[in-house]
Amino acid sequence: MNQGIYEVLSNKWIAPDTYEMVLYGDTRSLASQSRPGQFLNIKLEGLYLRRPISVCNVYGNEITIIYKIVGKGTLKLSMMLEGQMLDVLCGLGNGFDIEAAKGHNIAVIGGGVGVPPMYGVARALREQGQPVTAILGFQTMEAAFYIDKFRELGCKVLVTTDDGTLGLKGFVTDALRTTSCDYYLACGPQPMLKSLHKTGLPGQMSFEERMGCGFGACMGCTCHTLVGMKRICKDGPVFKSEEVTFGE
Amino acid sequence: MNDRLKTTLGAIELKNPVMPASGTFGFGYEMAEFYDLDLLGAISLKGTTAEERFGNPTPRIAECERGMLNAIGLQNPGVDVVIERELPRVRALYHGVLLANISGFSVEEYVHVASLFDKSDVDILEINISCPNVRHGGMAFGTDPGAAKAVTEAVKAVTHKPVYMKLSPNVTDIAAIARACAEGGADGITLINTLLGMVIDPRTGRPIVSTKMSGFSGPAIKPVALRMVYQVAEAVDLPIIGVGGIATADDVIEFMSAGASAVQVGAENLVNPTACADIIADLIPTMDRYGIANLTEIIGRSHRF
Repeated sequence: MNQGIYEVLSNKWIAPDTYEMVLYGDTRSLASQSRPGQFLNIKLEGLYLRRPISVCNVYGNEITIIYKIVGKGTLKLSMMLEGQMLDVLCGLGNGFDIEAAKGHNIAVIGGGVGVPPMYGVARALREQGQPVTAILGFQTMEAAFYIDKFRELGCKVLVTTDDGTLGLKGFVTDALRTTSCDYYLACGPQPMLKSLHKTGLPGQMSFEERMGCGFGACMGCTCHTLVGMKRICKDGPVFKSEEVTFGE
Repeated sequence: MNDRLKTTLGAIELKNPVMPASGTFGFGYEMAEFYDLDLLGAISLKGTTAEERFGNPTPRIAECERGMLNAIGLQNPGVDVVIERELPRVRALYHGVLLANISGFSVEEYVHVASLFDKSDVDILEINISCPNVRHGGMAFGTDPGAAKAVTEAVKAVTHKPVYMKLSPNVTDIAAIARACAEGGADGITLINTLLGMVIDPRTGRPIVSTKMSGFSGPAIKPVALRMVYQVAEAVDLPIIGVGGIATADDVIEFMSAGASAVQVGAENLVNPTACADIIADLIPTMDRYGIANLTEIIGRSHRF
């Protein structure tokens, strides 16, 4: 984890309300090769709390993030221009444990704004020569992004949309059933994670929550797990499926 | 270390007046990733109760103009674990003044937790009678002078360590509460805890924090905190730890001018993890700019006007 000033190299519209931003700066604290799935916490002028955004990809000193406009912070982020500077806390949280997935038939699963961190995960697995089935869920065809990027990594890509306008009509779990995958690495909305958890397959899932600090100091984002109280920002955001409980 | 920054809380000397406020710094040790904890004047540890507590359901954080709201609800592993596990961890990395921050739901609970911390390696007991985020207890003891005095007396009876009562701003007459604590034997006063506030999603009308109402902190509350420190400094002859919206060296000087002997930095730690270290580093140049030789000389100077 480090704090630094990062330069905006680009900030592009890639789907409705969805932007891809590339930042330039110190990437040493991102354990990108072994633990993709960490996040940044970004300070924006005029807003008090930082905004946690997951890391999509790291290449040299460049960090790619993809975010959806959901409020004041992300709206402000979308208006950042090339060459502007951002105060960033980098390399927060624990990413996915790629080693633990090895030896399995792996599904990398992303739903909506949960897709971006899974790109870094898929890339890390592919670079180690692991076959990867990427299952990407979107609400509708218009909202879909990064499908080709996953294909370029050499993943077998399955797409689902809620309305059937692209790929399989249904949810990522419907697509998962059509595969022989026996392990998943996933990020997405809570209902998606919950239904994945119900499959009973082993895996890892990344959670999100409103955060105060992003580095474990305020206990704002604590969740219950089967192994005690955990701070999503510091102990997570990735948890093993066998640790997770959805309060049932 | 620079003598110009030295201050005291009763008989306890601090190398500088800046410490993180309880609940904004975990149990301290994790912040050592950001800077050397021994730079700090003191550390106030995460609020501790008799039993382990999860706290409130999430979301328990929201933002507002120049500040934030929280409804953590005293999440902590319970006093036994704090003393056995957390205290040694922070002590391995930090050798200065430590405040245990104690909460309770009954006078008996305050007494129980205080009596355990009395035998531990902390220097000051900070008694939180001001948490707005728990339904019973907490703030209830800090909004009634009789209850505040009763908690103070009961805690004083079981410890030889200095007892600082942490007050709630959610009262009509802060001076009356401070006087009651003084009568109960308090060694000092910490103020203010968070203001009870609320944020609502304009789209849906739904309160953003799960408890609907929650504790408001950050730079926006500074004028209220400063006013209350000033009032309490007039009301009691006890050392005061000022807290509320402090984010800069200027803020420290303002709180000390109002009558604080030391200050706590709260919400700012969450936004800028090096906030305390940055403020400490900026104190000397700021003092030079204002012609202040030593910080102790400015304590309470606003009362001359």
